[in-house]
Amino acid sequence: MSRLRASATPIGRYHPGDSLLHRADPRSKLVASVLYVAVLFLVRGYPPLLLMAGLLGAGFLVARVPPAWLYRGMRPVLLLAAVTFVFQLFFYGEGATAHLGPLTVYQEGIREGGFLAARLVLLVLSGTLLVLTTQPLSLTDGLARLLSPLARLRFPVYELALMMTIALRFIPTLLDEFERISLAQAARGADLGRGGPWSRARNTLPVLVPLFVLSFRRADDLALAMEARCWRGGRGRTSRRVLAFGWRDAVLAVAVAAVLAAALWIGRFR
Amino acid sequence: MGQAIISLRDVSYRYPQASPQRRPALSGITLDIAPGEYVAVAGANGSGKSTLVRMLDALLLPTGGTVSIDGLDTREAANRDRIRETVGMVFQDPDSQIVGATVADDIAFGLENLGLPPEEIDARLAAVAGRFGLTELLEREPYRLSGGQKQRTALAGVVALEPRVIVLDEPTSMLDPRSREQFHALAAELWSEGTTIVYVTHLLEELALAGRVIVLDAGVIAFDGTPRELCAAPRRMEALGLEPPLAVRLARALSRRGIELEPPLTLAELARSVCG
Ligand SMILES: Nc1ncnc2c1ncn2[C@@H]1O[C@H](COP(=O)(O)OP(=O)(O)OP(=O)(O)O)[C@@H](O)[C@H]1O
Ligand SMILES: [Mg+2]
Repeated sequence: MSRLRASATPIGRYHPGDSLLHRADPRSKLVASVLYVAVLFLVRGYPPLLLMAGLLGAGFLVARVPPAWLYRGMRPVLLLAAVTFVFQLFFYGEGATAHLGPLTVYQEGIREGGFLAARLVLLVLSGTLLVLTTQPLSLTDGLARLLSPLARLRFPVYELALMMTIALRFIPTLLDEFERISLAQAARGADLGRGGPWSRARNTLPVLVPLFVLSFRRADDLALAMEARCWRGGRGRTSRRVLAFGWRDAVLAVAVAAVLAAALWIGRFR
Repeated sequence: MGQAIISLRDVSYRYPQASPQRRPALSGITLDIAPGEYVAVAGANGSGKSTLVRMLDALLLPTGGTVSIDGLDTREAANRDRIRETVGMVFQDPDSQIVGATVADDIAFGLENLGLPPEEIDARLAAVAGRFGLTELLEREPYRLSGGQKQRTALAGVVALEPRVIVLDEPTSMLDPRSREQFHALAAELWSEGTTIVYVTHLLEELALAGRVIVLDAGVIAFDGTPRELCAAPRRMEALGLEPPLAVRLARALSRRGIELEPPLTLAELARSVCG
């Protein structure tokens, strides 16, 4: 069952390092990512997209993410992008035609399909860069602080942030338990991990049910332990992590602002 | 004995989800613990040990009688914050009590809840980490810790809050003998500094560390005295579902062969009276 962990893609996982991006404040990275995605959906045409791809590429270089590793993780997304592209080809039925091997398609379809596919890839890559360079804990912390004005409107920001943190903390524990229960069931003769996808899914049921029961019990215990340690909700709580904007954030802000502004400017002429 | 820090008067407790026909989990518990005592709580499975100690931190509220901690009634909601600052608690299962994503975050959890300034949090964090041998592990995630390291983290998180009473509910039952020894040493050290210790245990060897033993049987106090007094009545112990410590069983076997010794508590004591 350790297959589970070995096959985990780099997407959605922290890639340790100490680059400029790793050490920037999570809040600036979050804001930059949100702005990036917003601009991604505002611009039309290839030139601004190219510019934005350049920015992201620079980000990956700065973060020193091994390209081969990234490619391996991106394969499913690339497949999805290819499907998007092909789909678009059959969506357009007017204008100039072009020949793609034995197929006759419309140029507009190629252009639009390429654009959508590229946008999809950039979208996923931008989120990936954020997660690769930010520890999950800093991420939830940054998010909670960005949203902290909402706490005044009785929105449970801290509670949600804590929930996310605890969820992250328990993923490895749950995986361990999954493994242990699988072994226990296998020892009783359960036939796990064989057959087609349907029977394999059905076979995990005897593992998932005890896992759920165990998790609920654990959640009860955890709530008790938190109360014992003076948890009273988010009010009046302080944080050990002091966040401060530094020169790295200034560099990030200037680079992102300049490229996004340029992309919007170029996109305007379309 | 000064003013009791823990005081229970005719306390009973019935779990709300338990069927009404069953006996209550606790009944008629009257108990005083003075500041600086080291009290062990023993008893068979299901005798009510965990239920009792959860009363001490206002995690469960008595359905009858009163529990007061440092003079504060646990049933008053307004007292609860103060009570939980006075009493710290370490639980049995290390995995269900570590909240933080790293050791440092977990130790800081309670300090953050108290609303301490970041500098103070860092200072206390560094101090307890050094003391419990966790300095190297501060950035580790809980799933990469051994059982002993996890329990030390849990204890450190409690000690950082500087409680006057520390309650430990079978903290070593998932540890190997060596980590267990280490853990005992830490508890004894805290006690020698003046912290009141309430130590729930299954293991009779652990009773010898305490100055006083309370044995629960089916939710009532069946024994309250020194470990020596308890071990002097091995038959009674067995009736309460406790197995006498190895030293006591050995001495009893020797006495059946006509070798009379001072009733020992630990193997070291036995060795001394045999050889001395
Ligand atoms: N959440 C619960 N709901 C209902 N009954 C409970 C609950 N927890 C414990 N009990 C019952 O209360 C009694 C005392 O349980 P408690 O957990 O305090 O025993 P214990 O002495 O700590 O046992 P152990 O040595 O197994 O930890 C038992 O009969 C148990 O079945
Ligand atoms: Mg118990």
